[in-house]
Amino acid sequence: MRQIIYFIKKFRYFLLFIVLETLAFIVIVQDRSYHQSKFVNSANAITGGFYNKANSVSAFFHLKKDNQLLSEENARLKNLLDAKENKFDLDSFTVKDTSQYFQKYDYSVAKVINNNFTKRNNFLTINKGAKYGLAPDLGVINSKGIIGVIKNVSSNYANVLSILNTNSKINVRLKNSNHFGTLVWDGKDYNITQIIDIPRQALVKAGDTIITGGKSAIFPEGIAVGVVKDFKYEQNKYQIINVMLFNDMSAIGEVQIVKNLHKDEQIILEQSVVNE
Amino acid sequence: MNNIALNNAIRFIGLLFLQVFILNHVNIFGYINPMVYIAWVFLYPVRKTRSLFLILSFLLGISIDFFSDSGGINAFAITFIAYFRLPILMAVLRKSDLDYGQFNLKTLSANKIILFIAILTFIHHFIVFSVEYFSFSELLNIVSRTVFTGIFTILISFLGITLFTKRK
Repeated sequence: MRQIIYFIKKFRYFLLFIVLETLAFIVIVQDRSYHQSKFVNSANAITGGFYNKANSVSAFFHLKKDNQLLSEENARLKNLLDAKENKFDLDSFTVKDTSQYFQKYDYSVAKVINNNFTKRNNFLTINKGAKYGLAPDLGVINSKGIIGVIKNVSSNYANVLSILNTNSKINVRLKNSNHFGTLVWDGKDYNITQIIDIPRQALVKAGDTIITGGKSAIFPEGIAVGVVKDFKYEQNKYQIINVMLFNDMSAIGEVQIVKNLHKDEQIILEQSVVNE
Repeated sequence: MNNIALNNAIRFIGLLFLQVFILNHVNIFGYINPMVYIAWVFLYPVRKTRSLFLILSFLLGISIDFFSDSGGINAFAITFIAYFRLPILMAVLRKSDLDYGQFNLKTLSANKIILFIAILTFIHHFIVFSVEYFSFSELLNIVSRTVFTGIFTILISFLGITLFTKRK
């Protein structure tokens, strides 16, 4: 017994060191597993609150650019609206309020209060949380393209897994040919992401537009991603396809959160097929 | 005694905020963000009892992790260098025993301060980037990031230490 006490006394710093490192290691391992929600994240009241304060100062300097983006998007949406009105220009028609039955996606706005893009695994923090109906696995986009997927939520803040992350795998396709692939990031340049698993039959050219595929239950189909910068075709398959993002991931202000209202239905249906 | 505790508290919060609000967003050459918060380890008074130092270092690391969503990496790395600070300091000074009460980093020569800071910084950065990339095929990336980020961390911490601490 005395020897044990002596041993603990002699190595107490080393034992403390081991305990602390084990704690840190557990946090790291938990953080790595994609399906587990993280404990250490910036979407809690304290860090979120600090980031919110800091952002209210820095956001002031981006007002001009944000305004310009908004008016650009307004112009684009107005064009779409006009095109639609002309198409249905009938003498008379009955108005049925079907919006509630057929609406598939619901959009809400939020602001990025912390943005990372230089690390290997990047996360963003936004200033809306569970109070506003946000939940894990909702898509985050802005007017120029996709940004990421919500990973953790607290009551007022949410943590977004950026597309610049090892764990981010997003279904995308070529705009002109319906060939699907997966968007990943190699960690080198924050403006350039990669597509893998694209079938070799696909005809890829530099300058092709890449959009979201709509195969997953997260993003709607057709959200812009980027253009093909260059690619390598070897041994009868595409080795690397580099995609230049439309978004400047280093400067993201206002974002929209996409909620798929049919998500549960789709997932239950897909599960039932698997189970049979 | 109280003075030292107050000093440490201010340093803890100061370094934490400096790191998460400023240095995590400077992006020198597009991607280098110096990790100057480890100056905590350089500056914490050297004492014979080290439990508090280890625990506080761990807490600083995990706080940085909370803010930057890096999940335990910084806590792991800073605890590691906090534990090995004393042996490395002994090796740098080529001594086998220290006069704990009197020791002050500022009394050393600039060469020795830089050597001491550099060893700890490179160990810390290497751990951080290895765990972050977590792949052997990225070894070149890990080493280059360690070296470039490390140079800036050493530069800023050395300047900070010489400018902002009192010489006794």
